[in-house]
Amino acid sequence: MTTVAGPATATAEAGALPRTRNRNRSHARIRNAGIRTGVQAIVIVLWCLLPFYWMIVTSFRDVGFTNDNTPWFTHVTWDNYVTALSTNLGNHLGQALLNSLFIGICVTVISLVVGIFASYALARLDFRFKGIVLGVILAASMFPGVALITPLFQLFTNIGWMGTYQALIIPEISFALPLTVYTLNSFFREMPWDLEEAARIDGCTQAQAFRKIILPLAAPAVFTTAILAFISSWNEFLISSQLSSDATQPVTVAIASFTGSQPHQEPYTAIMAAGTIVTVPLIILVLIFQRRIVAGLTAGGVKG
Amino acid sequence: MSTSNVVAPSSTTTGTNGRPPLRAGAKRQRAQQSRWALYLILPTLVLLAVVIGYPVVSAIVMSFQKDAGLDPATGLFVQGGFAGFQNYAHWLFQQCMGPNGSTISCPPGNLGSGFWNAVFVTFFFTVTTVILETGLGLWFALIMNRAFRGRGFVRAAILIPWAIPTAVTAKLWFFIFSFAGVANAILSTHILWTSDEWASRLAAIIADTWKTTPFMALLILAGLQIIPEDVYEAAKVDGASTWQRFWRVTMPLLKPALMVAILFRVLDALRIYDLPQILTGGGGGTGHATTTLSILVVDQIRQGFNSAAALSTITFIIIFLIAFIFVRILGTNVVRTQETQQKGAK
Repeated sequence: MTTVAGPATATAEAGALPRTRNRNRSHARIRNAGIRTGVQAIVIVLWCLLPFYWMIVTSFRDVGFTNDNTPWFTHVTWDNYVTALSTNLGNHLGQALLNSLFIGICVTVISLVVGIFASYALARLDFRFKGIVLGVILAASMFPGVALITPLFQLFTNIGWMGTYQALIIPEISFALPLTVYTLNSFFREMPWDLEEAARIDGCTQAQAFRKIILPLAAPAVFTTAILAFISSWNEFLISSQLSSDATQPVTVAIASFTGSQPHQEPYTAIMAAGTIVTVPLIILVLIFQRRIVAGLTAGGVKG
Repeated sequence: MSTSNVVAPSSTTTGTNGRPPLRAGAKRQRAQQSRWALYLILPTLVLLAVVIGYPVVSAIVMSFQKDAGLDPATGLFVQGGFAGFQNYAHWLFQQCMGPNGSTISCPPGNLGSGFWNAVFVTFFFTVTTVILETGLGLWFALIMNRAFRGRGFVRAAILIPWAIPTAVTAKLWFFIFSFAGVANAILSTHILWTSDEWASRLAAIIADTWKTTPFMALLILAGLQIIPEDVYEAAKVDGASTWQRFWRVTMPLLKPALMVAILFRVLDALRIYDLPQILTGGGGGTGHATTTLSILVVDQIRQGFNSAAALSTITFIIIFLIAFIFVRILGTNVVRTQETQQKGAK
């Protein structure tokens, strides 16, 4: 390594320096560069984690010390979690968690069941208008939710669907399905499709080859896509805030409209506790499947 | 064209594309594949037509209808009916319906007068957040692309702001920016972050930048990773400085991926709703310092569907036009860029 790099740096630098001094200098330079990278990495980590850390610290802090602003854990209590989950103040976080889970699972399953076929065709088959279909799906994933809300509001009012689960699930398919197709498509492109050919030579039909060979192989990709679709549904706010009722509202709406015991006083500590409850399972999920999720995110290019 | 389109219409286009005409067997296989593809894709397209196509068409139809309701001038109940471009004029030129169907300028306090402000706020947010997020995201990505101990930890940390739901992010920053909150404590200021006009805009921008920079960094990192190492080595041998390597090697090679990332972010920022709505109650300052187009549409829904439909159609057209400008004028090829990224990622 050094013998290869040596002459190159020598020509790039002052040139006539003795070899050993040059090597020492470049070692020092590499070490300095390492320290600089390390410092910048620490700044990035702090930028990402500090607000999150603050949410957790606050969620464990006694209500009376809400604005204490001590940077570490003080006045630690579980009370805020009890407040967050209690229904005494008109909040329904527990119900909202179940609602979000139910809506998320429905949206994910529908999007996957329908989208898996389209993404297979887009990744595997050769046909006309393929580029156009991909373009349409990509455009759909960038579609502004606000353009759907007005007609749906009127339609669901007319047919009495306001505040029902289906009124929340159907609009969310509009962004979960394109995301599913696009992400799965990019995963499917990278799979070892030769195995499918081999199965067909051994006498499977294309449908059989898909079911017996490709589906088991595709399971991790499908699972990652499912997580991304679920997260996008879990985080949805605009549509849910307009079309849900107290009984069907998801967690995002519940947290945004969280009320305290005093009318004009935000129950910050309880809200931070609620936020932690909503976020931590998601973060654990994301960290476990980190590598695949990053691959899926960058492939789909769609914000969750 | 006329001879072969009876057998397999799909193969004629391949012929005209300049590729050699396919053999009969290949033709049959292609036709068969096309049929399969149709069956497999149809459910997705039908579902998208139901959940997106239908609402869009019905919004456009609604936007040309009059809102039924009490006429403010006569106090009589007015049925709807064809309105022409009146709903659009309401937003674009602040024209309201006067007595006997004439048009007058809207009374103060009407949502119509908030349109150009909302356009300004939306574009202001989009430009500032996308510039900040691209700059910071590029920095994050360049650091994460280097080999150092603890890189895995940085990559994990960066996912956390992304994983927090926007509604929770907004509440978290609402607390940070509260009057007795930690932002004022650190800065030793007494700023009303969520109700002062410019402070509330700044608060929304900071919160959005925190939340979305990681996503941008990941997209840019994916673009950086497909740049082969030997290009840098060659530049080094030729005596290029770090600065020159960045501007003359990294940036040109990163440009396609960067443009796609910026396009995604711009389209996403233009429809921003959750963050300013929750962080500043959709108002801030004088009541509409952070009112984006999406917030204005939602405010309008309960005051008249058809007017709201016109506004959402205008919003949709604005977003569509900007996507069009990106793809046509700046030549951002989303599909192809992502395909090369996937090939490179192997």
